[in-house]
Amino acid sequence: MAEAIHEVHRHPAPTGFIRKYIFSIDHKVIGIQYILLALTAVIVGLVMSVLMRMNLSWPGTNWPILGTLFPTGAPGGIMTPEFYLSLVTMHGTIMVFFVLTTAPQGGFGNYFLPIQIGADDMAFPYLNMMSFWVTFVGFIVLLTAILAEGNLTVGAWFSKLGESFAAGSGTVGPIGGWTGYAPLSALGKIAGPGQGAGVNLWIISIAIFCVGSLLGALNFITTLLNMRTRGMTLMRMPLTCWAWFTTAILALLSFPVLLGGGILLLLDRVAGTSFFIPGGLYVSGALVPQHTGGSPLLWQHLFWFFGHPEVYIAILPGMGATSHILSTFARKPVFGYRAMVFAIFAIGMLGFFVWGHHMFISGMSPYSAIAFSVLTLSIGVPSAIKTFNWLGTLWGARIRFTTPMLFAIGFVSLFVAGGITGLVLGQTSLDFFFHDTYFVTAHFHLVMGVASIFGMFAATYFWFPKMFGRMMNENLGKFHFWITFLGVYAIFVPFHAMGMVGMPRRYAQFGEYEFLKNTHGLVLFVTVAAIITAAVQLVFYFNFFWSMFKGKKAGDNPWEATTLEWGIPSPPPHDNFAGIIPEVHHGPYEFSVPGAAKDYIMQTDPEAAT
Amino acid sequence: MATVTSTETAAKPGIGPGWPKPPGKNGSNGNGHRRFGGDKKFPKDSYRITVWILMASIVMMFVALASSYIILSGDEKWQPVRMPRAFLVSTALILVSSVTMTMARRQLSLGQSGKYKAWLSLTLLLGIGFLASQFKGWQQLFAAGAFLAGNPHSSFYYLFTGAHGIHLLGGLSAVTYLAVRSGQVLTGLAREKRFAAIEAIALYWHFMDGLWVGLFLLLWLWK
Repeated sequence: MAEAIHEVHRHPAPTGFIRKYIFSIDHKVIGIQYILLALTAVIVGLVMSVLMRMNLSWPGTNWPILGTLFPTGAPGGIMTPEFYLSLVTMHGTIMVFFVLTTAPQGGFGNYFLPIQIGADDMAFPYLNMMSFWVTFVGFIVLLTAILAEGNLTVGAWFSKLGESFAAGSGTVGPIGGWTGYAPLSALGKIAGPGQGAGVNLWIISIAIFCVGSLLGALNFITTLLNMRTRGMTLMRMPLTCWAWFTTAILALLSFPVLLGGGILLLLDRVAGTSFFIPGGLYVSGALVPQHTGGSPLLWQHLFWFFGHPEVYIAILPGMGATSHILSTFARKPVFGYRAMVFAIFAIGMLGFFVWGHHMFISGMSPYSAIAFSVLTLSIGVPSAIKTFNWLGTLWGARIRFTTPMLFAIGFVSLFVAGGITGLVLGQTSLDFFFHDTYFVTAHFHLVMGVASIFGMFAATYFWFPKMFGRMMNENLGKFHFWITFLGVYAIFVPFHAMGMVGMPRRYAQFGEYEFLKNTHGLVLFVTVAAIITAAVQLVFYFNFFWSMFKGKKAGDNPWEATTLEWGIPSPPPHDNFAGIIPEVHHGPYEFSVPGAAKDYIMQTDPEAAT
Repeated sequence: MATVTSTETAAKPGIGPGWPKPPGKNGSNGNGHRRFGGDKKFPKDSYRITVWILMASIVMMFVALASSYIILSGDEKWQPVRMPRAFLVSTALILVSSVTMTMARRQLSLGQSGKYKAWLSLTLLLGIGFLASQFKGWQQLFAAGAFLAGNPHSSFYYLFTGAHGIHLLGGLSAVTYLAVRSGQVLTGLAREKRFAAIEAIALYWHFMDGLWVGLFLLLWLWK
């Protein structure tokens, strides 16, 4: 029997530690590697956001530890505005790229897409390994960017690479926002502090990340198209697979544009080209003589052509996981499966035609603005289809309120709460007022940040038993859910009010502004909420790592779910199906089928079971 | 049911003697891939599908760069640069290389492995010649005083040729691999894999040809 197993699988089980856990070509190990990378990156991003909140609430406070770590960025322990700006930049970059893009797609997608379609691995296992390690290198380069800019010793090493790599300013990390708007991002040191080697490395890191994501997307699409097992027709795939597939298409078509833009930006900085730098530009009181003929607006077009699909790359896998989990714990089929498939595809495709709504005040013909506005609002239609179908799935159900279910319901709540303000910001007239205020920050944090993360929390609690063979602790999970759920609303609902008052985003201090005096109490409240919410995540980390070794043993199918991954042992064997090729006879969500023996029918159950 | 048993399919003549029947559809269609049909472990559509997907992403990058080109060409400070002659030569070389690639595939399908090797080597030489000619083009640009740094039109010359060249290097190494291994006599799975690889590499090669022609016309005509 053992020989037969190896014959079916294309690569034998690895034996050494390095091939098994480090340079593994097993999609399950790679998936967990992605998840661990995201779990690491998210700590960095979260600490940064807490630091930002503390600076906003208690400006000028002495934080001795910061003074020790960053003698220039926080002299005497007092945070400089530059320090704050680089926190903004790095928080955004780390969260968007290395958390919201890696965990949902690279992590859970890698682990569960092949299993859910009945394949023994990805189409190209080596490519899969490459995409993780390329992404990992991107992360290391990004961390190096902080040091190259924030630490004068490390910065000095990089100055040997050329003028544009000249030692950083000593502020923590590069400055430019996660959007890196030209022309300031294209000019180098003349543009001010935080514009030296750090920005170069920031661009390089993102370019590397693009390559990693592209390799991953290639693999995902090929696998899904070509590796589905017998009986797994497209319309029998779990909605998670549809979500990962759509996300892979978005990544495939949007990351190359960012890569192209990044190359142009880097050339502007290191090779003296003028793609984004117009002629006759005055910066820091001096004329920039050597550049001519570029367009700063071009960078915004390239960036947002990528940037808008990117927010769907972050959230679509969460939508897939939510649909999947809602159905499982409502013990009902997903309401309107086909509509869900078309809606997720429609959201993905429409996402390519709305990038202009990020640029309403950047200089745009009012006619184009109207077109972008109408297209943007039209995304509300498939989004509403999804929301009502989620509600339809829950309607009249005997819901099992497990932790993953709570997080999935939380996802729906946050998606609606954050998405509804998209209808406000998508209108040109309203955006004129709200642009670059905390209202925008509230919108995208709720919908793309927190909602996606809730989708991933739901996925983690849901699939943890399959990945590690043990259950996560339910009580800790519920505690984690309730504090986080209330916490994120406590943080981001006040943001809307601040935005309506006119509080601009990315400002390090508000003390000087008369019209913002009244918001101080609110700012303080948000900070306290943020600190509590961030602290509660420690409970999640504890639960995650503790349950890995000490959790209650999980059976093959602890949630009584229907899809293929629940028909195999937990954790799954090296080739997923132990040499037995699954054959699919049922749709993914056959719960409470009238006349059936059990309240759920596995996809692999024979036809007779109905 | 006959479609899944791969031995049968592989034995059937397709394009020519010995050429495996081209699959009618992309992907498994949920009918189980051929690995599950018998002793085959290789879903042979994978290479071709992947190259198509890869081309989509490469197209997106070059569309982004070409859009930038078109936008910046509207700037009042845009200074057009004359097309260096070497790029005309390169264009001819790469066009011919597509023909030789097609010839190589045809010879293989006719079972003429010697001629296959010859045409493949010629393709390889033409590819190397193309890159050499591109380099010559850079020298001519230099001589004309058009550098990477400077006005966008001259920068785009280097950018397009460089970005295309890097992608072509990938194709070139794949063709080199095929040429080096062209003497091998393969059977069974390995043979099926090789045929799938040749098909995919040829597809990519033609794509590189078309991409260059597009970029060339853009640089030449859209000033």
